[in-house]
Amino acid sequence: MITPILPGERAEIMQSAEAVKGRSLWVDARRRLFRNKAAVVSMIVLGIITLMAIFAPLLSPYAFDEIDYDLVQRAPSWWPGDDVLGYAGGAHWFGMDSVGRDLFIRTLYGARVSLAVGLVATCVSLMIGVLYGATAGFLGGRIDNLMMRFVDILYSLPFIFFVIILMVIFEQNFILLFVAIGAVEWLTMARIVRGQTLSVKQKEFVEAARAGGVGTWGIITRHIIPNVVGPVIIYVTLTIPAVILAESFLSFLGLGIREPMTSWGVLISEGANALETAPWLLIFPAVFMAITLFCFNFIGDGLRDALDPKDR
Amino acid sequence: MSDSSSNLPILYAKNFHVRFATPDGEVHAVNDVSFNIHEGECLGIVGESGSGKSQLFLAGVGLLASNGRTEGSFLYRGENLAAMSQKQLNQIRGAKITMIFQDPLTSLTPHLRIGDQITEALRHHQHMTGENATKRAVESLELVRIPEAKRRLRQYPHELSGGMRQRVMIAMATACGPDLLIADEPTTALDVTVQAQILEIMRDLKTELNTSIVLISHDMGVIAAMADRVQVMRHGEFVESGTAEEVFYNPKHSYTQMLLEAMPRIDMPDRPGHTPLAPLSEEEQRTTLLEVEDVKVHFPIHLGGWFPKYKPLRAVDGVSFSLNQGETLGIVGESGCGKSTLARAVLALLPKTDGAVLWCGKNLNDADKGNLRMLRKELQIVFQDPLASLDPRMTIGQSISEPLRALEPDLARAEVTERVHAMMEHVGLDPTWINRYPHEFSGGQNQRVGIARAMIVRPKLVICDEAVSALDVSIQAQIIDLLLSLQKTFGMSMIFISHDLSVVRQVSHRVMVLYLGRMVELADRNAIYTDPRHPYTRALISAVPVPDPKKERAKERVPLPDDLPSPLDSRATLTFLKSKRIDDPDAVQYVPQMIEVSPGHFVAEHDPV
Repeated sequence: MITPILPGERAEIMQSAEAVKGRSLWVDARRRLFRNKAAVVSMIVLGIITLMAIFAPLLSPYAFDEIDYDLVQRAPSWWPGDDVLGYAGGAHWFGMDSVGRDLFIRTLYGARVSLAVGLVATCVSLMIGVLYGATAGFLGGRIDNLMMRFVDILYSLPFIFFVIILMVIFEQNFILLFVAIGAVEWLTMARIVRGQTLSVKQKEFVEAARAGGVGTWGIITRHIIPNVVGPVIIYVTLTIPAVILAESFLSFLGLGIREPMTSWGVLISEGANALETAPWLLIFPAVFMAITLFCFNFIGDGLRDALDPKDR
Repeated sequence: MSDSSSNLPILYAKNFHVRFATPDGEVHAVNDVSFNIHEGECLGIVGESGSGKSQLFLAGVGLLASNGRTEGSFLYRGENLAAMSQKQLNQIRGAKITMIFQDPLTSLTPHLRIGDQITEALRHHQHMTGENATKRAVESLELVRIPEAKRRLRQYPHELSGGMRQRVMIAMATACGPDLLIADEPTTALDVTVQAQILEIMRDLKTELNTSIVLISHDMGVIAAMADRVQVMRHGEFVESGTAEEVFYNPKHSYTQMLLEAMPRIDMPDRPGHTPLAPLSEEEQRTTLLEVEDVKVHFPIHLGGWFPKYKPLRAVDGVSFSLNQGETLGIVGESGCGKSTLARAVLALLPKTDGAVLWCGKNLNDADKGNLRMLRKELQIVFQDPLASLDPRMTIGQSISEPLRALEPDLARAEVTERVHAMMEHVGLDPTWINRYPHEFSGGQNQRVGIARAMIVRPKLVICDEAVSALDVSIQAQIIDLLLSLQKTFGMSMIFISHDLSVVRQVSHRVMVLYLGRMVELADRNAIYTDPRHPYTRALISAVPVPDPKKERAKERVPLPDDLPSPLDSRATLTFLKSKRIDDPDAVQYVPQMIEVSPGHFVAEHDPV
């Protein structure tokens, strides 16, 4: 037991003794994450790819839609000057595509679109999913039942069919692509958040808060959401690659981004058509995309291990 | 057995060490331990959580986690188990050395029938199959007094009660005729009456089969009931060893003395050295704070089918009592008797099916949502699991101040901090820890946080729902002292819910005994222990182990008629009044009346004993 302190002394102690800084679960998780080598390397690689995408125009003398008809399907050349076949001109590190555009700058522009779709569509799914799932889980009972059956119905609709109809009705456009993919991805998010909410809701500390007079809104914002965030973050890092894949799949079918704008999916689609004559058209975008997907998955794995170490 | 072999210890450990490599450095779980066990002897290993008592034996029989390593020798009949291969160990484990663990549900494989699980060991170790194995399985089940043993062989683990499962575990452990039975907290997860039965069975096994037993427990009472010799363990070392009499009546080491001193004793409610229970003043006796009138809480249980059928589970079925200012009412009962449900119904955390709760004369049924929230200022609760009841993402300062911010939103920030600091000092926490998180504290410290959170709004009534049950004995004693001294300072009333009758006697003015949602006896703290009238109360009290080997062995136990019946069966409530029972599980049964046998001592109607 601590010896009782007189009221007068207390103020002094409060000033003199700096309150000990606690080690929160977030700090712990961050330490564990940074100990995971695969995750750290992935974060660095992903950071480089992102920076390259952002500063794309500075990295290349060519514009993404600049066409040079003399250099159609030219092989990669790393130095300016005449290449083996005798074509004159500057260096094209990744070669030229089927209409004579520089593939390096186009790959970086593709990264812009793919990463943006990944982020924006995931954010859309995150917002809808968390709100929907948390509401269903917290209210429970009949409302929960109704809300989740609605999700089940949407699940049963074929995704591609759904997107094709949207594209046909509203024409192809950039924003719609985000919305369409996000609108499909939120379903799983809602299920995850609902499940987490149900389990957190039954924890003793929520009951303790209720006994302490905290209202429903206070319980949701102060207790439920912070404790649901962990699994959600993990799922987000795993949704981004899924969204990037979905976008490239749509683009591959010709339903995604329109020319002259491009994305990894479009580039891979074009590369696949020219596989026999110009294999670099497939290799470079595919390698970029694969690396990015790997990075996201490694980060997701690392986060999962860091946030719930007990599950290992 | 020849004479020469009986002189040789069955198990002999010398300078045994267990170390674990963890990311935070090496943990020396067992440090230089030596002991021996002779034939037909029961060795008690007593220690608090984290003392290394379980790891010592897990490591000894080769069940160590992958990051651990051992040093020293662990000899079974002269052979060093620590040096054996897994294959050799498997020959001995399960046949010659068997183990029983704490949780009987997780130790049994859920998808295998009881019979298959017992015969598996027989087939493996004794090459016994078919009829012979079945016969042996039935015998071993009968040895642990399982009724209708033959039929039980066809049952699955989930069809049996906790006590029955633990008996099956013991039957499995003894089926191959082992020399040594290692029981690791075998009764900790069980109710006291069941615990008494299991201990009795183990004692009989020892005399009938001459099996040596290692009993690992944190409970001095259980050790006193069973052990011939005792080893007291702390921080991986044996601090004291000797015969049970030596250790219990003449403890040498200060830690043993502390353990015996800290343990609440049902036969000695007011021992010197503990904070005494404050007697009620005249005025307090007149002021009634809380009146509970015939409260019922029923949960509809879904019975399935196309057109869903529901049957009420009567968790609390007509309980009435009153509570005065500054008074502590103890509520005791075994698991499933509805004591926690009753507490939540009183606090309006759960909807009542019927009945009324009057707080200072006002009926809480009439209170609207806003009033109810204000009432939370006067009614608070402390939970069982200190870690689970604190939000892991909040600092303890945030947790403690939460009720204050919710119920007195006008308070200035500085004042909130000031009151949190003051309350932290009251409960014995260093105020500089305000920004720390629950996972950085021990169970006892977290429970202090839980108590601070309940006390910060200066409630008039605090309900302690098994508030000390999850804690080690020494910590438990500190928390009980804290609660009693807080009661003296703030004068609040308490409802103290526990399955532990010794603790309840120490802290309560009056004690109520619950059985399947109904009150069976309510009396003064001394009257209920010295003059229990109801057969259930008698069985409960006689089942509580006392840390006194002589008393414990001489004690006459009052057995219960049978295992706790299903609360869905309406006949269950009349277990002690069979004369008025209608033999139909769905019938509306007679409700036993409470009879006042002496002033303030109420007993439910029951058949004469």
